[in-house]
Amino acid sequence: MTGANGFSVSGYGPERAGWTRVFARDAMARRLDWPILLAAIALSAIGSLLVFSATRNRTEINQGDPYYFLIRHAMNTGIGLALMIGTIWLGHRTLRNAVPVLYGLSVLGILLVLTPLGSTVNGAHSWIVLGGGFSLQPSEFVKITIILGMAMLLSARVDAGDKPYPDHRTVLQALGLAAVPMLIVMLMPDLGSVMVMVIIVLGVLLASGASNRWVFGLLGAGALGAIAVWQLHVLDEYQIARFAAFANPELDPAGVGYNTNQARIAIGSGGLTGAGLFHGSQTTGQFVPEQQTDFVFTVAGEELGFVGAGLIIVLLGVVLWRACRIARDSSDLYGTVVAAGIVAWFAFQSFENVGMTLGIMPVTGLPLPFVSYGGTSMFAVWVAVGLLQSIKVQRPLSA
Amino acid sequence: MTNIPETGRTPRVQIRLIVIQILVLSLLGTLGGRLWYLQIREGAAYAKEASGNHVQQVVDPAVRGSILDARGVPLADNETRLVVSASRTDLLKQKDDGKAVLTKLAGVLGMAPADVMMKVRLCDAKTPQPCWNGSPYQPIPITDEATPKQALQIRERAEDFPGISAEPQAVRRYAAPGKSNAAQVLGYLSPVTDDEIQQAQDTDSPYLRSDQVGRSGLERQYDKQLRGKAGVTRYEVDNLGRVIGEAEATPAEPGSNLVTSIDARVQRVAEYELNTAMKKARQQFDKITGTNYKADSGAVVVMEAKTGRVVAMASAPTYDPNVWVGGISAKDYAQLTGKKSDYPLLNRAIQGQAAPGSTFKVVSTAAAVEAGYEFDGHYPCTSAYSVGGQVFNNFEGESFGPISLGRALEVSCDTVFYGLAHNEWKKDGGINPKKGEPKDFFYKAAHQFGLGKETGVDLPNEVTGRVPDRQWKESYWKANKDAWCRTGKKDGSYVEKIAYENCLEGNKMRAGDEINYSIGQGDTLVTPIQEAVIYGALANGGTMYHPTIGKAIVSADGKTVSEIKPRKQGRLPITKATLKGMDAALAGVVTRGTAAWKFTGWPQEQIPLHAKTGTAEVYGKQTTSWLATYTKDYTVIMTIAQAGTGSGASGEAVRNIYSAMYGVQADGSIDQKRALLPTPQTALPKIQADGSITSPKISKDPAKDALADEEAAQKATSQGTAAPDGTQPAATTGSTGTTNRDTRRRQRRRGRGRGSRRACT
Repeated sequence: MTGANGFSVSGYGPERAGWTRVFARDAMARRLDWPILLAAIALSAIGSLLVFSATRNRTEINQGDPYYFLIRHAMNTGIGLALMIGTIWLGHRTLRNAVPVLYGLSVLGILLVLTPLGSTVNGAHSWIVLGGGFSLQPSEFVKITIILGMAMLLSARVDAGDKPYPDHRTVLQALGLAAVPMLIVMLMPDLGSVMVMVIIVLGVLLASGASNRWVFGLLGAGALGAIAVWQLHVLDEYQIARFAAFANPELDPAGVGYNTNQARIAIGSGGLTGAGLFHGSQTTGQFVPEQQTDFVFTVAGEELGFVGAGLIIVLLGVVLWRACRIARDSSDLYGTVVAAGIVAWFAFQSFENVGMTLGIMPVTGLPLPFVSYGGTSMFAVWVAVGLLQSIKVQRPLSA
Repeated sequence: MTNIPETGRTPRVQIRLIVIQILVLSLLGTLGGRLWYLQIREGAAYAKEASGNHVQQVVDPAVRGSILDARGVPLADNETRLVVSASRTDLLKQKDDGKAVLTKLAGVLGMAPADVMMKVRLCDAKTPQPCWNGSPYQPIPITDEATPKQALQIRERAEDFPGISAEPQAVRRYAAPGKSNAAQVLGYLSPVTDDEIQQAQDTDSPYLRSDQVGRSGLERQYDKQLRGKAGVTRYEVDNLGRVIGEAEATPAEPGSNLVTSIDARVQRVAEYELNTAMKKARQQFDKITGTNYKADSGAVVVMEAKTGRVVAMASAPTYDPNVWVGGISAKDYAQLTGKKSDYPLLNRAIQGQAAPGSTFKVVSTAAAVEAGYEFDGHYPCTSAYSVGGQVFNNFEGESFGPISLGRALEVSCDTVFYGLAHNEWKKDGGINPKKGEPKDFFYKAAHQFGLGKETGVDLPNEVTGRVPDRQWKESYWKANKDAWCRTGKKDGSYVEKIAYENCLEGNKMRAGDEINYSIGQGDTLVTPIQEAVIYGALANGGTMYHPTIGKAIVSADGKTVSEIKPRKQGRLPITKATLKGMDAALAGVVTRGTAAWKFTGWPQEQIPLHAKTGTAEVYGKQTTSWLATYTKDYTVIMTIAQAGTGSGASGEAVRNIYSAMYGVQADGSIDQKRALLPTPQTALPKIQADGSITSPKISKDPAKDALADEEAAQKATSQGTAAPDGTQPAATTGSTGTTNRDTRRRQRRRGRGRGSRRACT
C-alpha cells in the first residue's frame, strides 16, 4: 500500500534530508510498532544478561570463555533483528506467495532431522548439528510456515470477497497442511513443539472465522487424543514422568522432579528484589539444569526477584497486547490470521515455559521467546516480529 | 489511529480476537499470580531451602596427641604416610563415574580394581564393608601405604588421574619403643559410629564423621584430650559439589599430648619377663593334673608405691596394636575377638580376676589384729585343720608349731589363719548368726583394703573383683539355687554334692567358706591392680592410691601443662605397729620364707625387698600363681593363670624386673649406671618452646640387652645357684649340648642375680 499512497520514500514527495526522512509521518519507521520492537529488544537484552549469568561459570559447556554464550546470544539477537528487517522489507504478502516454497523447505528440514543428520538433545530428536557449535532446530521454522500456510488457505476466499468465512473444504485443506509437519515433529519426538503447533492451529482457526463446530470439534478431538495417548502408552516413560513430576516434584526428587524442584527453589528464593545479578546461589551453583535455555526464567526469578521476573512477564504482555491489536487492526483477514497465529504461538510458549519453571505446567523443552538462549528459536521469533511489523506497516494509513 | 477495518471483517472474527486477547492476558495474569505466590508469599521458605542446598563442610582432621612415657618416649604417635585418596565428586563428573581412572590407579598401586572401587563406594544399609562411611565430600582414602614411587607416578601424571590425590597424612602409629608393646594399656582407635555422633552432638566436643575414637585403654580414657578439634571449612558448592566459594573456616586444633608414668624400658622388661615366665611354666609338669602347666594368661603391674603411678603394666597374651591402624581387617578382628582367640584385647592387669591365694593373707592378718589377736602372739601352725569332719590341709602338709602372725605370713602357714577365721566365724554365731550384725572382721577388712570395687585406675572397663561376704552369698544363692537344687545329689559326684549343699544352705556363711576365704581361696576374686594398690600401701606406710597412668596433659603448643596428681583412696586399716610387723614378715618371705629360693644373692641390705607368694586353686583348672612384692619405691605384682606356685612361676621374672630397674648385677652388686629406674621418675619430660617434647634415646630392646650381658657374665662365672627345695623345676639340672636358646633359658633360671645389665641411655 505504500506505493499506492504516493508518499513513499521513493515517491514524488518533497525530498527530506538524512534521518528526518526515516521518521517522516508516513515513513516506515513511523509506522513500525515501536512498543513491540522495544519490548522484544528489551527481552533479548535481559535474556543476554540472564544467559550470561547462567553460563559464565559453566566451563564444561562454555569452552572456558565466560562470554561465549553472552556473545552468541547478542549475535543471535542481531541476526534476528536483521531477519525482522528483511521480513518487513519483503512484506507478509510477498511471503504469502512464497508459502509453497517455504512450506516445502521447512518440511524438508524436519524430515532431515529424522535422518542420521539429526541429533538428539535432552531426549528430543529435533536438531541438525551444523558443526562449529552451530545447530538448527527446523521445527521452529515450521511454526511460521504453518501460520503462513494456513492463513493463506483460510483467508484466500474471504479476502477475495467470495465468502464471509472459510468453508469446510478450506478448513480441511488448512488442517491437512498443518497435520503433515506436526506428525513428523511428533515422531522426533518433540512434544513441546507439537503442543505449540496445536495451539497455533486453534488460534488460526479461531481468527479465521471458521465455524464453531471446527473449533470445538478440534478441542474435543484433542482431549480425546490426549486420553488415548495416555491410555495406549504411546508416550515414552520419560515424557509421562515429566508430566507426573510437575504436579508433585517430591515423587522423584532426584530424577525429573529435581528440575522442577530446583527451579522452584531458585525462583522462590528470589523474593521481591532477588539476590542481585550474578549473585544467585542456585544459579552460580548450577543447581537448575538447562538454565540458559528452557529454565532461563529461574535466573530472573532468583537474581532479579519478583520485580525483574515480573518485568519479563509485563514485556511479554506488551508484545502480545500489541500483537493482538495488530491482528484486530489488520486490513485483511490474512494479516489478522497471521498475527493471531503468532499471538497463540508466543502466548502459549511463554505460558508453558514460565509455567513449568513455576511448577504449574509440565516440563517440556520449549524456549522462552527472546530470552532463552538458542539461535533457531531466536531467529523464528524475530521473523514473527517482522511479520507483525509488516502487517502493521502495510496497513493503510487512516487519516 | 482509529481502528476502522478496511475489509469487511465479520463480527465473529472480531469477537474471537477479543476472546483470544482476554485468554492471553489471563494466562499472563496466572503467571504473575503464581510468581507472586512463590516469591513473595513463600519466598522465605524457599530461600531457606536454597541455602541448605549449597553449603558443604570439609573437615581438616586434628592431629591426635601423642601418648608418651615418663621420659617423653612416644608410645603412640603419628607417622606421616603417603595416603592416596579419591574425591568422589571429581570421579562422578567423569563419563564413566571414574571407573577408568580407578582401574588405572589400581594398576599403579598393585591392587585389584574391584577392591579400589569398593573402597570408594558409599556405605548404606545394603552395602557391606569395604565402603566409605564418611562424608561424600571428604577425600576417600584408598591406601595409606603408598610408596613414594607410586605417589610420584600419580602426582606427575595428574591429568591421567583426575580426582586422585597422593598426600602425606598423619596416621596413628604405636611405636613400640624398645620393643615395648603395652597394647592393652594404650588401647586403639576406630571410626566413630552414627550413635556416638548423635550422642555427642550437643556436648562441648561433638564428633565429626571422619573422627577416630579411642576404643579402649588410654586412647579411650583420654580421648577427649588427645583428639583435639578438627578444623571445619564450610564451602559453597554447586550442584556437582564443586566449590564456588568459602563460607567460613575454623582451623584445626591439634590434640594434647599425654605424658604417662609408664617407662617404656621397664614396660619392655616386664613384658619380656612375663612372656618368658609363661613359656617356662609351660615346660613344667603339674603333678596334680598330670600335664604341663598351660600358663595361658598373665599380667604384671609395676607401680610406684608412694604415688600409685603405674610404671609398667603388661598383659599376656598380647597383640600388635598397629593392626587397628587404617581399619582392621576381618581376619585380624576374628583373631583378636573370636572364640578361638585367647582374648588378647583384655587387659588382664585390670580385667583379669582370680582368687588371690596366699597373697590375701596380708588382709587376713590385718583382720585378725583388728579382731583382737596379737600380731606377735602364738598360733598353732599344724599340718591340718579339721572342722566337723572336713579336713583343711596346710600347703603340702607342713607344720611349724606355734608361730606369730608375722611368721605365718613368712612361711605362708594356712592353718594359723584357718584357726583364727574359724574362731571368728564361731564368735559371729556360726552357721546361724545371732540377731544383730555379725562382726565379720575378715570380710570387712577385705572391703577396707579396697577389694570388691574398682581401684579407679585411669583405664576404662576395670573390673571389681569379688569379696564373697554374706551379702554376696545371699544374692548369688538367689540367682543360682534353682539350678543347684535341680542338679544337686546327696551321694552324687563331687560337683553334685557341692550343688546339693549349696542348694540347702548356699546363702549361709559356712565354717568352710570362711576358712577357705581366710587364705584367699574360694569365691574371692581380685585383680592384679587391686593387689598393687594393697602392696603399694604396705610399702608406703598405709596409704592406698587410685592408680594412675596419665601423668600430665600437655597442650600441643606446650603452653598448658595440667598435671594429673596422685589421688589417695584411703588408708589400710592397720596400725603403724602392725604394719611394721607385716613389713618385716614380708621381707622375711624374701630372705627365709616361701620366695627365698628365688632371691638368693639379692642385695637385701641395699634394696630391702618384700614379697608374698600365692597359689590359688581354681576348680577344674591348674593353680593360679601370684607374686606380690614391693620395695620402698615400687610394688611389682605378677600373676599367671594355670602356672603353678607364685614363687615358682613368677619368682625369677619379678626378680629380673627389679634387677633391671635397680641395676642389680649378677653378683648382687648394684651398678647405678645400668639401673633403668632406681628411683621413680618425678619430673615431667622437657617441653620445648615449640611444644615438642624431648625424648631420650632408647635401646632397641632393653630386655635383650640385659640378656646379652647376662650370657657374657654367665660364661665368666659358669656356676648357678641351685634351688633350695624340690619344687624347683627339673630343668635346673642342666645338660650339655643344648641349643643356644636353651642355654639362655637355663641361665635365666639360675638366679638372675648373676646377670649384669647394660645401662640404657
